[in-house]
Amino acid sequence: MKISVRRVDKATIFDVSGDIDMSNSPELRKALLHEIRDARASWVVLNLSGVKYIDSSGVASLVEGLKASRDMGSRFVLFGLSASAREVLQLSRLLKVFEVRDNEEQALTS
Amino acid sequence: MKRPSNRNHDFLLEIKLRSHPRLLCVLRGAMEPLMEVLGFSEEERRSIIRAIDEAVSNIMRHSYNGRLDRPIEVSCRSLRRPSNGKGGRGVEFLLFDHGPAVDPTKLCGRPLDELRCGGLGLHLIRGGMDRVEYKRTANMNQLRLIKYARSSKRRSNP
Repeated sequence: MKISVRRVDKATIFDVSGDIDMSNSPELRKALLHEIRDARASWVVLNLSGVKYIDSSGVASLVEGLKASRDMGSRFVLFGLSASAREVLQLSRLLKVFEVRDNEEQALTS
Repeated sequence: MKRPSNRNHDFLLEIKLRSHPRLLCVLRGAMEPLMEVLGFSEEERRSIIRAIDEAVSNIMRHSYNGRLDRPIEVSCRSLRRPSNGKGGRGVEFLLFDHGPAVDPTKLCGRPLDELRCGGLGLHLIRGGMDRVEYKRTANMNQLRLIKYARSSKRRSNP
């Protein structure tokens, strides 16, 4: 898994690629929580278009990011979900809990 | 790892791995082409691979408590759907580990209506497979997972 961070206007965009599983999900969790809690990002956007596989530990990291952003009053948006990622969120009944957009343009729309 | 021998002629694959999370991608990589050869659709392949990956992750996390050097065995054989069923063939996975016995009453997963981190793996396993059975055998945990293909497009005869 690779994570790179960029800023577009007020949004912090995480471009994530590769598989997210038990071996690397703590890294994603740490990066998200740092940005939300320490850097106090007001708008966090996750680009998951390069993620073909995400397991339950990866989903748990996303849930932690979402909960932290709610606590901090910030916005947490996902876009570019693969079929696999969408299925995992659906099976976990989380698809409607997250703010999910199809692409970056939509994700950056207020 | 000594376990009851598998003399079934439909035996397809056996993988022995250490309980290191970095090996999960290797397991997924081995499963994908095999499930394709067996005729599973893309969606079915994703369900199977997700279930196996989650089951092995659970062994690493819970049965071995994060130890990286314990043995896990995954075997796979093809199945024919019971005669009263419709559709294609199936596949059976047996997963073995040497961890302490699991309390079967704890294998039901947490309620999904709570926004909580963790505890989703069992839902993904059960949601993706047609049968999920646990038993303790020869001082090992055995998890049996079965999935039948909805429409068989078998490409070859492994």
